[in-house]
Amino acid sequence: MSTFQIDFGESKSKIVGIDLGTTNSLVAVMELTGPRILSGIVPSVVSATESGEVIAGEAAREMLITHPERTVYSVKRLMGRGLADVGEELKLFPFRLAKGSESVLQLRLGEKIMTPPEVSAHVLLKLKNDAEAALGEPITQAVITVPAYFNDAQRQATKDAGRIAGLEVLRLVNEPTAAALAYGLDKRKEGIVAVYDLGGGTFDISILRLHDGIFEVLATNGDTHLGGDDIDHLLMNIALEEIRAEWSEDISGNPGAVQLLRRAVIKAKEELSFVPEAKIDLGFHGKRYQREMTLDVFDRIIQPIVDRTLGPCRACIQDAGVKVEEIDEVVLVGGSTRIPLVRSAVERLFRAKPHTELNPDEVVALGAAVQAGILAGDVKDQLLLDVTPLSLGIETMGGLVSKLIHRNSTIPASATETFTTAVDGQTNVLIHVVQGERELVKDCRSLARFDLKGVAPMQAGMARIEVRFLIDANGILNVTAKDLRTGKEQSMDVKPSYGLTDEQVEAMILESFEKAQQDLTERQVREARVEADAVMAAVDKARHEEAYSALSEAERAAIDRAMNELLVVYHSDDHTLIRAKIDGIDQATQSLAEAIINSVAEKALKGTKVDA
Amino acid sequence: MQYYEALGLEPKLALDLDDLRKRFYERSRETHPDLVGANAAGSGAEDRMAQLNDAFRTLRNFVTRAEYFLSERGIQLSKDVPPELLEEVFELNMALEEMRGGDDSARPQLDSARERFAAMQAEIDSDLAALFSRQDAQGNALDEIAASLNRRRYISNLLRDVDKELNVHISN
Repeated sequence: MSTFQIDFGESKSKIVGIDLGTTNSLVAVMELTGPRILSGIVPSVVSATESGEVIAGEAAREMLITHPERTVYSVKRLMGRGLADVGEELKLFPFRLAKGSESVLQLRLGEKIMTPPEVSAHVLLKLKNDAEAALGEPITQAVITVPAYFNDAQRQATKDAGRIAGLEVLRLVNEPTAAALAYGLDKRKEGIVAVYDLGGGTFDISILRLHDGIFEVLATNGDTHLGGDDIDHLLMNIALEEIRAEWSEDISGNPGAVQLLRRAVIKAKEELSFVPEAKIDLGFHGKRYQREMTLDVFDRIIQPIVDRTLGPCRACIQDAGVKVEEIDEVVLVGGSTRIPLVRSAVERLFRAKPHTELNPDEVVALGAAVQAGILAGDVKDQLLLDVTPLSLGIETMGGLVSKLIHRNSTIPASATETFTTAVDGQTNVLIHVVQGERELVKDCRSLARFDLKGVAPMQAGMARIEVRFLIDANGILNVTAKDLRTGKEQSMDVKPSYGLTDEQVEAMILESFEKAQQDLTERQVREARVEADAVMAAVDKARHEEAYSALSEAERAAIDRAMNELLVVYHSDDHTLIRAKIDGIDQATQSLAEAIINSVAEKALKGTKVDA
Repeated sequence: MQYYEALGLEPKLALDLDDLRKRFYERSRETHPDLVGANAAGSGAEDRMAQLNDAFRTLRNFVTRAEYFLSERGIQLSKDVPPELLEEVFELNMALEEMRGGDDSARPQLDSARERFAAMQAEIDSDLAALFSRQDAQGNALDEIAASLNRRRYISNLLRDVDKELNVHISN
C-alpha cells in the first residue's frame, strides 16, 4: 500500500516548557496571549504495577500508599549522582538500590530496575501525553528547567531523561531564571531582581539585572539538597518518636505506614501556611495518632532549614557585586516559600517585601514556556543570559585544581588550554576535569576524564594539543581538542565520572519511547478511523433522505468523490490524511446537511402541532 | 585585542562601564544563538557568543582587563613577592600560623594588618586609574601598570587569607 504525505508548509509543532520538579511537575506552552499551563499538576511519582506497566503522576502517587515497594518519589534528588553521594538520601528516603549502582544508581521498583533518568522520563512522558491531549498534536521538543545549582552530571541526567521520553531537549533553563522570565515578561521590569526558590528538594538564589527585555543573571548560588522534603523529615521524625511511645510500636519499618504519615505531616505543614494551628492526624491499623502543632513550634522546628538558605543568599549578593539596597525586588518561587517563616526571613535579609502575586507552583513552568517561545522565534526581544553555578577546572600536579572557567561566568563560556607530553614517546595525555570551588581535586566533584590518544610519539614537551572547554547554554561541558602541529582534530575517549553513556541512553529510548510513540500514533489513527466510519455511515443514511434527491447532479458527484477519497486513505497510517478527507466530506455535504436539518426541524414542528 | 574587537572598542585601558554593558547587550541580541535561530549545528553562533561573554567578563573588571591588555602586549606578570613587602609578609605569616594554631592573641595584629593591606590596595587602585589614563594618552605606562598589578594581586591574596582566618574564628 502506498503511503501519503501532506506538507503543511508553515505549520510547525509546538515546543513545550516543562518544570520537572522534585515533588510536582508541570507543562506549559507559549501562546499569542502569553504562556499557559497545559493540564494539571503531575506529581513526580512513578510506580511499576504488578502487570509490568509503568505509571506516573496522580495514579502513581496513590500507589505510594498501597504499593510503596513498587513506587518512587523525589527521584530528582538522585539525578546525576553516584552511590558515594547518596548516603544521606538513603537514610531519609525509601529508595531501594539494586546491584551495580556505583556510577549510575539502579532503583528497584518491584521486580523492575530503573535508573533515575528513566524514572524521570516516565514523568516527562506523562507530561508529554497530557500536552499532546491538550493541544491535539504530537510534541517532540521541549525546554526543561533544572535547579540553577545543578552540576554538569545532574544537568546531563535531566537531558538524558528527556531523550528517553522521546523529547528533544532544546534547552535546560535554570528554575529561578525561568521564574524571572515569566515575572519580567509580564511586567516589563527594569532593575535588579533577586529570585528566591525553595522547592521540594532544592534551593536556589539568583540575582538578575533586567534591562529592556534582557535578563542577565549576575550570580547564582544554592543547595541541591535542601527543600520541603527536609521539613517533612523533621516533622516525621518527631511523629515517629511519639508514635513509638504512644503505641509501643515502631512503624518506621512499614513503608505504607510511613507514607501515610508523610502525607499527614505534609497536610499539617501546608495548613500552617494559612492558619496558626494544625493537626498531624494519622490513622493506621485501627490506631490513631493526633498531634496539635502551633505555628510557633513549627517555626522553631524549621528554623535551621530556613537559616541554611541565608548563607547562599549572602554569597550570591556578594558575587553579584551589588549591595542589598540596590536590589529592587525579590520574587518567591517554589511551594515552600508559602511558609510564613521563609517569607519573613527573606524580607529581613533583602529588606524588601517579596513578590507573591505569581503562583509559586506555576511560575517556573510558565517561564520555561517563554524560553520555548524565544527559541521558536515567537517571542521577540527577550533574551536570557544565564551563568554557570560552579567553577570548572582541571587537575594539575599534586592533586591541585587549576580553574579554567569561574563560577558565575555568563554561558556559553569557553577556555582554551594547551597540553603537551611529559616523557619522550608519550602517546596519551589524560585530562581530569572537575567542578567546584575548592583548591584540592578531592574536594571538588569529578566530572569526566578525557584521554587524548594517538599523539605522535616525540620528545617530551614537543607535542602541542589545544583543548577547548565550552560550557554551553545548558550549562553542560563540551570538550574539543586540536593537534596544533597538524591542525587536525585530536581524537579522545571521554569517561564521564557519573551518568549514562550515549549507548545506554540510546538503548533506553528504544525500550520506552518508540513504544509510546507507536501507541500515540496508533491511537490517533484509530480515532480518525472511528470518525471516518461515523461520517461515512451518516452520508449513506442521508442518501435515503428527500433532501439528497433534491441536490444537483454536481453536488451529488462531489459527495461521491469525497467519499471515494476517504475510502482510499482509510487504511493509511496517517491520521492527518484521514482527517483531511473527513473535512473534504464535511465541505461537500454542507448544503445537504443544512437541508436535512431544515427538514428535521420542519418535521419536528409538524409533530408538535399534531401532538398539541 | 580580540576582546575589544568583539565589543567594537578601541583597545583602551580606561573604559566607561555603562557603555560597555550597553554594547554587550546590543551585541548579545545580534549574536546569541537563541535569537539568531542558530539551532542548526555548525553555525558558529554559540562560539561567537562564548567569545562575546568572555570578552565582556574580562573587560568589565579593571584588573582582568589590565592583565589581558598586558598579556596581549606580551607582558607577563611576575609571580615573585614584591620585595618591599617581604618583611611585612613574613610577620603576617607568623601571625596567621598562630591563629591557625588556636592562639587568638594574634587577632589584633591581623586586624591591623588587614587595615594596612586594604589601604594599600585602595591606593594601588587609584594609582592604576591614573596609569590607565596615562597609558591611553601617551602609551608609556605599561611597565608601571605591570608592577602595580603584581603588587595588587599579591596584596589581595594576603587579604583573602587574613579574612579567611578571621572569619573562621569568628564563626567558631
